[in-house]
Amino acid sequence: MTSILDFDFMRRALVAAALVGLIAPLVGVFLVQRRLALLGDGMGHVALTGVGLAFLLGTAPIPTAMAAAVLGAFLIEFIRYRSRTAGDVALALLFYGGIAGGVMFASLAPGKASSSLNSYLFGSLSTVGEGDLLALGALCLVVVLVITVLGRELFAVSLDPDVAAVQGIRVRVMSTLMAVLAAVVVVVGMRVVGLLLVSAIMIVPVAAAQQVTRSFRATAVLAIVIGLVASVSGLVGSFYVEVPPGPTIVLVALLAFAVLATIAMPIRRRRREAA
Amino acid sequence: MSMERTGQEVVLVDRLCVEFDGEHVLENVDVTIHAGEFVALLGPNGSGKTTLIRAVLGLQPYDHGRVALFGTPLSSFRSWERIALVPQRLPGASSIPVSVWEAVLSGLISPKRRWRPFSRAEKAAATQALNDVGLWGKRHARLDTLSGGQQRRALIARALASGADLLVMDEPTAGVDSEHVARLTENLAVLRERGTTVIVVTHDLAGITHLVTRAIVLDPGGRESVVYDGPPPVPTTLSDHVHHHDDAPGGAPSAVGLET
Repeated sequence: MTSILDFDFMRRALVAAALVGLIAPLVGVFLVQRRLALLGDGMGHVALTGVGLAFLLGTAPIPTAMAAAVLGAFLIEFIRYRSRTAGDVALALLFYGGIAGGVMFASLAPGKASSSLNSYLFGSLSTVGEGDLLALGALCLVVVLVITVLGRELFAVSLDPDVAAVQGIRVRVMSTLMAVLAAVVVVVGMRVVGLLLVSAIMIVPVAAAQQVTRSFRATAVLAIVIGLVASVSGLVGSFYVEVPPGPTIVLVALLAFAVLATIAMPIRRRRREAA
Repeated sequence: MSMERTGQEVVLVDRLCVEFDGEHVLENVDVTIHAGEFVALLGPNGSGKTTLIRAVLGLQPYDHGRVALFGTPLSSFRSWERIALVPQRLPGASSIPVSVWEAVLSGLISPKRRWRPFSRAEKAAATQALNDVGLWGKRHARLDTLSGGQQRRALIARALASGADLLVMDEPTAGVDSEHVARLTENLAVLRERGTTVIVVTHDLAGITHLVTRAIVLDPGGRESVVYDGPPPVPTTLSDHVHHHDDAPGGAPSAVGLET
């Protein structure tokens, strides 16, 4: 049997998958707590516009997608701030505008751009190059550093923005930072699981972890473990079974959710009876 | 009481006006609160109690007037560690599990502590606060699995741990049964003894009347929103304004502040 590590492209793919498995749930845990589980999805759609634009202008897709996603992050925080109740409508606008823009720009681009759009929609781990890996590594390092330093303030804001403000925390800055972090994860994950599923790797491990945990810290740690296991085992599995890695990774994470939710059921019942 | 009035000016509100969509919510509010006072902010729904508190804490922009905290104008005030807001609940605690311990420590999160982990002294303060409210045994429990009264006590522990000089509490007794109100009152009494300045926004003084040194009653519509400012009890002519029959769950409404 061929070993997965015999191939350079698979070694790079494994590192890329592990990086996404690590940072996506780390950012996702804050998104879920702010009840913005769908924010990553919106970002992914906006990033698609960036990819389409890159095809049209002949620029590099990753930086262009990053610029579009970060711009989208600022835009959505601005809309959310201006109309406090319409956060979900703002997200919806991003969804539709982003997808339509991406497909439109890619179609206008010369050559077979619209077919390569697929590799961004569903991921293309096998084409991750050395340069991509360095860029992904650097972005992940930035995300980890930012959360190490500002994680507690992000936590306080997601717990209660008003209380956080009275503790001297810059709530709007932190909210925008949160959206920018989500944008970074989306672009990092775009190569691994694709823009359509990238949000899943942020949210599903968190949803799985919180079935059995009792604290925020434990949820974050367990979600990262689930994310790493799902990414790496999903990729390895897809290599041997010859299915695309993105959906495999997401399905492994969903399986983890199903298992933990089943385990948690008797625990919850006991808790309810005790209460 | 005269002694308490000699303390530092903790809150200064000067001719404050707030409008929402052209409607006057607060009109010409003048309030000065000194260190060590225990103030109950009373008034019916829509009288602007919450708006006043939000304006004082910098959460609500205002149209006219002036606010100062600890002698510093609000716009240049930075000593936020001196203030703790005790909300009715933490909205974000029900989406991702948050332990009681994490919730209490969250009161110590501040940009000023950004570059270092919590110190031993800060964790000791959180431990002490949890012991004070009788929730040390529950520190590992999820906050949202506690009863309403226990959650309220956890949030008070959070404020205690922060060591704030000014505590602003939103409806600390609403929806809490009388047994737990007694427990809450003990915690509040400890704060009063420490000299902490407390502002309680409430519909109902029941259970805490003996702690309150000053009642401020808001009522909308007039040229000045504050219709009473003085020691409790609130004059009976005003208690009708204060009390809302909707707000006394399962009990006959009794006049505010008249229990003593």
